[in-house]
Amino acid sequence: MNNRQVKLMQGNEACVEGALAAGMRFYAGYPITPSTEIAEFCAQRLPLVGGKFIQMEDEIAGMAATIGGSLAGLKSMTATSGPGFSLKQENIGYAALTEVPCVVVDVQRAGPSTGLPTAPSQGDIMQAKWGTHGDHPVIALSPTSVKETFDLTVKAFNLSEKYRTPVFLMLDEIVGHMREKIEIPNPDEIEIFDRVKPKVCDESYRAYRVDEGQIVPPMASFGEGFHFHVTGLMHDDYGFPSNDSGIADKLLRRIMSKISDNVDDIVLFEEEFIEDAEILILAYGCTYRSARSAAKQARAAGLKVGLFKALTIWPFPEKRVKELTKSIKKILVPELNLGQYAEEVERVVKNDAEVYSLGKVNGESITPEEILAKLREVL
Amino acid sequence: MSSQLIKNNFREDRLPHIWCPGCGHGIIMRSLAQAVENLNLEKQKVCVISGIGCSSRTPGYLDFNTLHTTHGRALAFATGVKLANPELKVIVVTGDGDCTAIGGNHLIHTARRNIDITAIVFNNNIYGMTGGQYSPTTPTNEFGTTAPFGNIDKAFDICKLADAAGATYTARGTAYHVNQLTKIIENAISNKGFSLVDAISICPTYYGRKNKKGAAVNMMNYLKDFAVDAKVVDKLPPEKLENKFIIGEFKNTTEPEYTEEYMKIIKKYQKER
Amino acid sequence: MVNQKEIRLSGSGGQGLILGGIILAEAALLDGKNAIQSQSYGPEARGGASKAEVIISDDTIDYPKVEKADLLLALTDKAYHKYIKALKEGGILIIDSNVEVDLTNKAYKIIKIPIIETAAEKIGKSMVANIVALGVIRVVTEVVTEASLERAVLKRVPKGTEELNKAALQQGYLLAEEFKNI
Repeated sequence: MNNRQVKLMQGNEACVEGALAAGMRFYAGYPITPSTEIAEFCAQRLPLVGGKFIQMEDEIAGMAATIGGSLAGLKSMTATSGPGFSLKQENIGYAALTEVPCVVVDVQRAGPSTGLPTAPSQGDIMQAKWGTHGDHPVIALSPTSVKETFDLTVKAFNLSEKYRTPVFLMLDEIVGHMREKIEIPNPDEIEIFDRVKPKVCDESYRAYRVDEGQIVPPMASFGEGFHFHVTGLMHDDYGFPSNDSGIADKLLRRIMSKISDNVDDIVLFEEEFIEDAEILILAYGCTYRSARSAAKQARAAGLKVGLFKALTIWPFPEKRVKELTKSIKKILVPELNLGQYAEEVERVVKNDAEVYSLGKVNGESITPEEILAKLREVL
Repeated sequence: MSSQLIKNNFREDRLPHIWCPGCGHGIIMRSLAQAVENLNLEKQKVCVISGIGCSSRTPGYLDFNTLHTTHGRALAFATGVKLANPELKVIVVTGDGDCTAIGGNHLIHTARRNIDITAIVFNNNIYGMTGGQYSPTTPTNEFGTTAPFGNIDKAFDICKLADAAGATYTARGTAYHVNQLTKIIENAISNKGFSLVDAISICPTYYGRKNKKGAAVNMMNYLKDFAVDAKVVDKLPPEKLENKFIIGEFKNTTEPEYTEEYMKIIKKYQKER
Repeated sequence: MVNQKEIRLSGSGGQGLILGGIILAEAALLDGKNAIQSQSYGPEARGGASKAEVIISDDTIDYPKVEKADLLLALTDKAYHKYIKALKEGGILIIDSNVEVDLTNKAYKIIKIPIIETAAEKIGKSMVANIVALGVIRVVTEVVTEASLERAVLKRVPKGTEELNKAALQQGYLLAEEFKNI
């Protein structure tokens, strides 16, 4: 029987509801438009379920405390927007190298710098991939609706716990702030992944050893008796610092390959109107909604337009997009930046398809008409 | 043969430590271990967290829950750990640069919250790990590689800073006055709230050499001769205090502690399950 | 597209227009329709030009922003001038009596009525102008049912103000009916 709750809900609120459903019990952050409602809802909701919320003194501290909360055993999240995402980057790299699960929400606003604080943007797409220094694994998800915000927040926690890595939820001002109908799934309908814990605490325990058949090392929490060491220096299986080039190489390649070897498990996308399509609109986040409206209008006008919704933006849905270029020779990428993702599409498809970028950075959303006009221009 | 203290509290396979000959940090680290031992703390509940710098290598040597974080951010990581699991005894090991320059904001706010964390500043008046640059506790007119003509900055009094920001326990000890330092660290850990210990260390390699302070022994003698106990300060004439620094406890009070206050909110508002 | 109504509520910050938008969208959900409410805002928490947008549809709604509105509510002169350009030709302009407007303009249907004054004088609280306006919009567009709108209002307004807001809604209905009869 369907007894799901139907509500009008804001994207930022759906993010918190999804996080709570996934088991989030710790939030540390700093207020920043347009993500602030996430902190506000967390402050309101977490104590009611025995969880902890703390407003830290700055963005850097918000990220640090989030990692601390996770190490102490609680599923942890922080949320921010562009300027704060920049400030958090060093500690994001720390979480990546030390393999501490956490979810970082970036409700994107127009930048660079303070930019247009209340206006939407998708300008942090490449920052999500390359924001922190050094090579590091990245998982980033981007929802297009309030319902997807709920679902992808749950997914972000699950991926984070499964792969022991920070996961980015890339919202934008439009998806974060709009209110839309959502049917909240019942708890028994939500799949939840909890971090794998080590079984025995004895001489053989090594905090960073991957057991046979596992993707990541099992993770103990502070206080459980494991006395392990965590460091942002390159470290051996025990977790202790090492300057050994072989150990450094092995560690970095391992944390990269835990993602690259499992792309099929991580990558989420949806397609529509693909058969017979002559051009593909590849879109994500709020811009996908404009793209879908444009694609429907284009189809009604007889244009053979296909639609690809990238829900996982990192890692890039490379395999499927390459496959599509066997029959589709043109790809249009509309986005609220000057072609960040379009460049990635170009890199992936090489000469197999022509890639067109439709970028906008004035703080307004891309309209369906603008996409339609671009389609007519390039078809 | 290693002592019982080492056996009980150190990761013997990680020793010897990497600090320079004559460095005071090893003494402070031992003092910390001795304090943990004296207080009979449950080892699996002790969590030692550091930032970056010479001091911050400490957690790697100690056999507790240990976390070596990013530069300046140890107190922020520690706040997350402590709030998520208030049963842990959280001790932050930091340096003068780590704690009062890049991490200065975190120090102020961790003190303001009066969260039950003990911060021990291994204060050697210099950036040692990067090779001798002046820090916020390098005295005015002294030298560092980045103060080749003398430092024109004023130095922080870390205890006064922490006190003003809301710490409920502040004290200063030195690598020379070991027994006193151990007692101070015990009291700091026992304080239910934010405690700040300014542990004066010596750095013969950089600070000492740059400022012609002599070898480690001379620097130790300086700690011995120029430290005045807080208990006797009021009884001494001003001329006896010239160029001296004060050690001992400055503040030991009780105020509402952050994680306890948060637990009250949970208790009041958590829904029945 | 035929069954999609795009509504823009505009005025100054603090007039409760975003709450008005939320109530309208919730009423549409209660009617079994789809709805999206969004807003754009500047740095000021009070004053300035504020707008809330609501799209109500029988179908799924893709693009969440209102481009050319089917209906514009303007409570202030500043909002009227800022948003009138984005009213569809043949659309409806509901405008408060305090705003000067060219009534001979035939590009859209103009409904000029004393929303703020009614809230202040008939109800005694200018704060409820947003609810009076929702009553007017309901009668003019029939985009939501009376029962759903009342339920949505009662769900969102502060406890203890239910009767006040119900009265405001009734005043809105009356205003719109009176206008029809002019």
